[in-house]
Order: sequence, then C-alpha cells, then structure tokens
Amino acid sequence: MTVTASASAARPPVQRWLAVWALALAAVLVVFLLQESLPWAVNYPTEAVVPVADWISVLMRWVKSNFSWLTRSITAVLGVPLDLALNLLAKNFKIGHGADAFALPRLSWVGVCAAAFLAGHAAGGRKLGVLVAGCFAYIALFGQWTSAMLTLGLISIAVPFCIVTGLFVGIWAWRRPWAERLIVSPALDLMQTIPTFAYLIPMLLLFGNSPVSAMIATAIFATPPMVRATMLGLARVPSEIDDFSEMAGCTARQKLWRVLLPSARPTLMVGVNQVIMLALNMVIIASMIGAGGLGYDVLLALRALKVGEAMEAGLAIVALAIALDRLSQAIAHNHAQGQTYRAASPVFWRRYPNLTLAVAILAATTLLSLFVPAFAAVPKAITFTTAPLWKAAVSWVTINFFDTIEAFRVALILNVLNPVRAFCEGFPWLGAVFLLGLAGYQLSGLRLAFLVAALTAFCAITGLWEKTMATVYLCGLSAFISCLIGIPIGLMASRSDRFEKTVTPIIDTLQVLPSFCFIIPVVMLFRVGDVTAMIATVAFAVVPAIRYTNHGIRQVPPALIEAAKVSGCTPRQTFFRVQLPLALPEIMLGVNQTILMALAMIIICAMVGTRDLGQEVFIALSKADSGRGIVAGLAIAFIGIVADRLFSAWTAKARSRLG
Amino acid sequence: MTEAIEPQAVGVPKDARPIKLACRNVWKLFGANAADFIRQRDGKASPADIAGAGLVGAVRAVDLEIRQGEIFIIMGLSGSGKSTLVRCMSRLVEPTHGKVEFEGKDLLKISDAALIELRRHRMGMVFQNFALLPHLNVLENIAFPLSIQGQDRATREARAREVIELVGLRGREHFYPRELSGGQQQRVGIARSLATKPEIWFLDEPFSALDPLIRREMQDELMRLQTMLHKTIVFITHDFDEAIRLADRIAIMKDGEVIQIGTPEELVVNPATDYVAEFTRDVDRAKVISARSLMRACDGSEHGGTVSPEAKISSFSGSIVSAGKPFAVVNGTGKPIGEVTPQAVIDLLAGIEHKSARA
Repeated sequence: MTVTASASAARPPVQRWLAVWALALAAVLVVFLLQESLPWAVNYPTEAVVPVADWISVLMRWVKSNFSWLTRSITAVLGVPLDLALNLLAKNFKIGHGADAFALPRLSWVGVCAAAFLAGHAAGGRKLGVLVAGCFAYIALFGQWTSAMLTLGLISIAVPFCIVTGLFVGIWAWRRPWAERLIVSPALDLMQTIPTFAYLIPMLLLFGNSPVSAMIATAIFATPPMVRATMLGLARVPSEIDDFSEMAGCTARQKLWRVLLPSARPTLMVGVNQVIMLALNMVIIASMIGAGGLGYDVLLALRALKVGEAMEAGLAIVALAIALDRLSQAIAHNHAQGQTYRAASPVFWRRYPNLTLAVAILAATTLLSLFVPAFAAVPKAITFTTAPLWKAAVSWVTINFFDTIEAFRVALILNVLNPVRAFCEGFPWLGAVFLLGLAGYQLSGLRLAFLVAALTAFCAITGLWEKTMATVYLCGLSAFISCLIGIPIGLMASRSDRFEKTVTPIIDTLQVLPSFCFIIPVVMLFRVGDVTAMIATVAFAVVPAIRYTNHGIRQVPPALIEAAKVSGCTPRQTFFRVQLPLALPEIMLGVNQTILMALAMIIICAMVGTRDLGQEVFIALSKADSGRGIVAGLAIAFIGIVADRLFSAWTAKARSRLG
Repeated sequence: MTEAIEPQAVGVPKDARPIKLACRNVWKLFGANAADFIRQRDGKASPADIAGAGLVGAVRAVDLEIRQGEIFIIMGLSGSGKSTLVRCMSRLVEPTHGKVEFEGKDLLKISDAALIELRRHRMGMVFQNFALLPHLNVLENIAFPLSIQGQDRATREARAREVIELVGLRGREHFYPRELSGGQQQRVGIARSLATKPEIWFLDEPFSALDPLIRREMQDELMRLQTMLHKTIVFITHDFDEAIRLADRIAIMKDGEVIQIGTPEELVVNPATDYVAEFTRDVDRAKVISARSLMRACDGSEHGGTVSPEAKISSFSGSIVSAGKPFAVVNGTGKPIGEVTPQAVIDLLAGIEHKSARA
C-alpha cells in the first residue's frame, strides 16, 4: 500500500521534469538550427575570449624571475638524495675527475634481484618472492636494467616525500573540518582530475628539464591518495578507541601519534600502495621533462615509430609495476591482518633476519662486481631482445590482416567517430551550459547548477570550446564503449564465481599498468589517430565498469535475495527486479570512475595524434608555454569535475531513495 | 529513593560512606544553541519544550550520587542515554548544563591539564568492544596508560604483569588482540583500566559483546575483583539480570531521564512506574527479596531457626519449608525483630502477591 501511494505521489514532479527537459532540448535545437543568425550562441565569439592564458603566462614569468633563488635552492636540496639514489641504483658513484677518476660501483643487479626475492618472501611467502624476483630478473635479462633502476630510484625518493606530506596534510584536514571543506577536498578533487601532462608544464618552467623537476611533479601528483587515506583512516578509528585514549589521559599529541595513527595503519598502507602506483605512472610520463628511465625509452621509441623497442620498454614497466604493486599490497594486507606473536630476540640479525641477509647479499655482490664484471652489468651474452620478434609479429599482422584492420578502422571512423564528432563540435556552447546547469539543478539544487554552468562556461570563454568538445566526444564515446563492454562482463562475473576468478587477475593487472603502456600495442596495429586513442582508452577505462558492477551486484544483502526467492521470483525476476535496482548506485559509481579514467587516458593519447585539449597541453609542453598549457589543463579538469559532480549527485539521490 | 537504605548489620553503614561522584541536574542536549536554551529555562525543560526547539535530549535532569566503594549500575535500553550519561561523568562528552562533582569538586570547571591528570591516575574505563590497540600486544596494551604517563619500561611492565596475574592472563603477555577470544580481550581491557589503580571505575556495557556463558563467568570475575579492590564502580548495562546480580544500587533510565534509583530489592518490591515493573516482572524474587521485606511482627509461635534481615529468601527457602516453622529474623545484636513464615516464602516462590506480608 505505502509503496503504491508514494509512487503515485512522486509521479507528478517526474512528469513536470519531463516537460521541462523537452522544452529545454527544443530550445537548444532551435539555437542549433538558427546558427546562421545566432552564431555567437554556437561558437563562442573570438573577440570576446578572455585571455586567461596570457595572464597565467605573465604570472608564471614573474614567479620565475623573482623566485629563481627559491627554485634553485629547492633543486639543489632535493638533488642530493635523488643523486644518491640514482647513483646507488643505476649510475655508479664517480669520485674525482678526468683520468684518475674512480668509480664506486652501483648495487649489483644480482644482489637487487636477491633482495627483491627476500622482500617478497618476507611479505607474502615463497610464491610472492619468486614473482617479485622474477619481475626484476626479467628486467635484467631483457636489457632494461639501467633504465628500470633510474625509474626505481626516482620513485624511491618521491614516495617517502609523498607519504610524509600526505600524512601531515591529512592530519591537518582531519583536525580542522573547515580546512578540509574549504581547502583540502576541493584541491584534491582538482589535483586528481587535472591531466598528468599539465603538472609538467609549471615544473618545467620553474625547475628546468631535470630529474628533480620530474620528481617534484611526481610527488605532487602522487600525494592525494595518501591525504585521502589519512583522513579516512583517522575518521574510521572506532569511537571507543578515541574515548579510551582520552580516558587514559593522553595529551592531544600522544593521542594522535600513539593511538589514532597506529590504529589507522591498515588504511594508511592502502594509501601507500596507491601512492607507489601513481608515482610509477607519473615517473613514466615525467620522462618528458627529464626523468629518464623506462618512460624515456618508450617515448623515444614511439617517436621513431620503433614499435618493438617501445613494446620491450613497456613490458619492463609492466614488470616493475607488478612487482611494486604485489609487494606493497602484501605488506598492506599483513598490516590489515594485524600482528601475531613472535618470540622477540635481542640480537639484531635474529630479529630482522631478512633485512640483515638482504644487506649482506647486496654488499657482497656489489663488492664482487668490482672484480667480476658480470655482477656489475648484465652481461650481453645472457640478455636477449624480443624487439625483432615484435616487429616481425606486427609486420605479419599488417601483411596478412591489413585489409581487415583497415576496413574496421575506416568503418569506425566514417560511421561512428565522424558523425559524433560533427555533432559535438557543432553543439552550441550556450546550450551546453544551459542543459548541464539544468541537470545540476534537478539532481542537487542551485549550488550544483551554478558550479556546473560556470565550469562549462570557462571552457568556452577561454576560447577552447571546439577543443573541449573534441575531448568530450572522444572521451564520451570511449567511456560509453567501455561501459558497453564492462558492465555485461561485470554482470557475468557477479553471477558466476568461476568467471569472476578468471576476470579478477586480468583487471587487477590492467589497473596496475601505467597508462602509457596501453598505447603501444594499439599503435602497432592501428597507427596514429582517433581510433588508436579510442581503443587504448577503452582498454584502460573498462576496469572500473567491470569491478563496480560485479561488486554492486554481489553486495546485495543475501536476505533480500532469499526474500525474493521465497516470494516466488524466478532467477530472472530476482536479477532484474531485486539485484539490478539495488546495485544501480554502485554501477553508476563505476560509470563515473570509467568516465574519469577515460578522460585521463584521452589526454595521454595526445601522443598518438588526437586533436583535442590533450594536444593543446602537449603542444604547450613542447613550447614551454605555461599559460596555454595550464588553461587547457584546467579545462580538462573542469570536464572531469562536471561529469563527476553530476554523476555523484545522481548516485547520492539514488542511494537516498533506496535508503 | 536513595535514602531508603537502612544500616547494615556489620561494617560501615552504607550511606555514611562519602559521596565519590555526583550528578546535579545534568543535561545533554543535541542541536543548535542547546546551551542557551537550557540556561534560559534555568535548567528546567519539558520534553515538549525540547522537541519544540528542535533539540534532542540525550540526558535530561539527571541527579544522582555515587558513594565510595559501591557498585552503581545504570540500566536502560539502547537509546535511553546511559552511555551518554557515563560519558558526561567522565567528561568524554561535555554536558550541556549542570554539575558533575568528583569528591565535591565540579569536574566541568577544572582545566584540561587537571582533567588529564585526573584521568591518568584516578579514573579507569572499560569499553563494550574492548577498544584494545591492535598494534600492541597484551603486555604493551596494559602498560600503555602507564607509558603515557612517562613511566619507564621496567616499572610499567612490572605493574602490567601484576594486573595480568590479577585477571588470569598469565602466559599470554605477547599475544596480539586479534589472537585472543572475546572474553580474553575484555580481560585485557579490564587489566588495562586497573593498571593505573583508579579510584573510580567506569564499565560501559563491558560484557554485552560476549556470549552468555562467558558473560556469567566475567560477572563472577568482576565480583571477585571487587571484593579485593573495593573500587567505586559505575557500570552500564541493558541487561536487568546482570544489573540485579552485580548491583548495590541501580538507576533505571528511559528517554534520557533517570526514573528510579534503588537497590535491586527496592526496584522489585516497589517499582516507581509500570516501566520499571515491566523489567522486574520476570526476576527471580527469592534471589532479590530479603528476609526484612517478608517479615512480620512475631506472634509468639515457636521458631525453627534464625536469619539475618539481609538474607535473601532463596538462601533459606529450602530449610524453612522443610522445617515447617517460622524463622526468627535477628539483627546484629541477636535481638529478634520479626519472623518469616513458611507460608510467606511459599507464596513468594509461587508468585502470589501478598501485600500484607510486607506491612
């Protein structure tokens, strides 16, 4: 009774909204059709463009010329630990100059592999040890050792910096709710939606083309998850533990450092894992401003269209990513489990047998490498390269399947990409501002409406409307296809445990891979262009659609499913009438994530020749034009924020309706 | 209600013991401008006033006095405000209005530093879900409050081992909380709160998360500890049987108000409201009611034995029924003050109300 009553009571407003939307769409259509007489409503007039880019350029120039003492000293200070790490892992220490220079060797690759095995063994048993050591050995044997160690060196300095900064910002935000609401949360949202490229431009300008500026960009990019994890972890500490610390008479400082943070450690470790993975992703991209390492190898190879070499370096990145991810996840998992009793021994090497052994092996092998060259560098004789193999494979595919692939590509361009693109680029900016504002109003209220409309308008009045819509078209299409593929896979995974077991490791691996790596194989087959960008983006963004759908369906309480069965639902009815509606908010969250990931990836795809905001950032980067790059970066971030806010509001509404 | 206790036969009379902790018209209201609201009304407000102002009254006009060395139980169903009240007493929650007096001094007026000092040395608290620190082992958990005070490792671990011994956890010093059962975890919680030798001991539903058998065992354990330690205990529970088993006095709370305070016997014999009567209905009366409540004036008939006025009926019901004669009730000096008839005991056991028996 109550259900029907509330449903009928809710009907009139829905109908009213239908009418409002019909009117709004009609109005936009009219503007679209009248574009001859109302050109300013379709394409933003060039003479009215606000030169935000120029303002930012002027500001950056002023900062550069007045604060060079600061940037120089930052570079000098950060350079010390960075050089140490890079020399230790990759470059050898050089003492003295000229002919009598003496080189202290870097850590031997044999020792590093052994240490990797021990770390894996300590964190997750023999299996993990073998996996981690295998990844490192793979890197060594495929001749990527020096590059990989450069990358690892950068990460090893950036990550502690991120963790400490993130921890302190998180604590600050947790202590001061106003700071969280007014400063930290908006800043985090912005930082996570600004494309990775856009970070590089101001760094390049302020710190030059060097590993230090790459490290700073990495540190800034990878800090947000640590801030979030700290805030979440502290908020999740049970209130009783909080009360206990008060009753034990802790001062505020004792409470934080001795009770709350240790209790929040499992959540913090999850944050650390995310920091490491983001840092790896960013270090690869930061190779454009001097990070060197594996990312630079990929970049060089892609520019020269040496697909085989790019693939090899890309696979080394994958190996490094998997090793770091599994290792840090195992450690986080151990922390979540909590400690168990072990007899403590006062002797250091007994208490830390793995650490002692690892240090001993590293020292021994490195000393040996002074005399035995095979320990210093991977001998050429045992490395092998697969580049010719990849090249041959590509040639074979191109020779035998050229027509099929080409037909597919052209069909996609003609029938899907071009019409959507034409529609998007011709869409009147005023109409978009109006419709998105209306959606914001319906979903949440005036505040969201203003936010959404203002952010959309920013893209237009800075003169980037056409490029914005080019981004929206490619991103929207890719996200749509990702959902089209991902949601059914997620549904299947939720209904079959066996299927889930097969899918989970695949999407786990896909999620770990740096975004760069997705481009390489696609470029091999489809060459540069929108099709490549779209396919790489779909592969990258499909993960959250699968994951959230599966999780959403599976988290429907078993009691409800039993209730449905007892009421006589067929499995089909149970699925469509109970599980799916209840899982919808979670699925929408997945769609939201998919869109954000697609947006991030589309921007990277500027490297394979798209014509959107990403390309704008890319060009700005190569010209070191900070204003242009930052404005384009902001426009991209605003697209992300608009999509995110609308979807979140929708999800929140659906959630509150379900209770 | 509070003054209804008569002197005990032995030892210090109960109400002559000093007042350890007192609440004087304590209020906790949630909502905007709650403090102004209650101050303007001079510490008085009806439920309708509170609802009208858009506030929620978690604790309303609570007056109670807890005497040194007694087990004072605050009983109420979930949402009755008992947890908020005990947090007001320890200032974990700042009361909106009223006074909380610790040995006559207003707790709400002391400085933060004095409060920390007080909590470090004179208060202890045990929590429903144990609130053990997951990253410390049993020994470190128990020594934690001492290490907060800056005691050196040897001193605090020696003290921790003492209390570990006391609660029977020897041999588990190096286990981590997740390796222990619920009952053992709560023993750690109890040991930790005792490590600082507190004078007043707050127990917030300490046994509610345990299964019934363990709960009973822990109640016995608490009684054993109390006979050794003589703490002033404020014990929160939603379980009336638990309250009756442990309490010297019980305060029953409903909707943030204390509706009756008294000994278990007083609550059973003389419930203030139907709500209290509802709780006491299924109580085993023979275990709660004492000879004093059931006695009548001696009518000169022959006595089959003697009992003290505090003796619970269940302790002599078997012998009085088999003797078939009234028992004399004698006070500390051996003087008979009345008698209990077998018929009165049988009626009580059978659940037949005899108002006249009390007269």
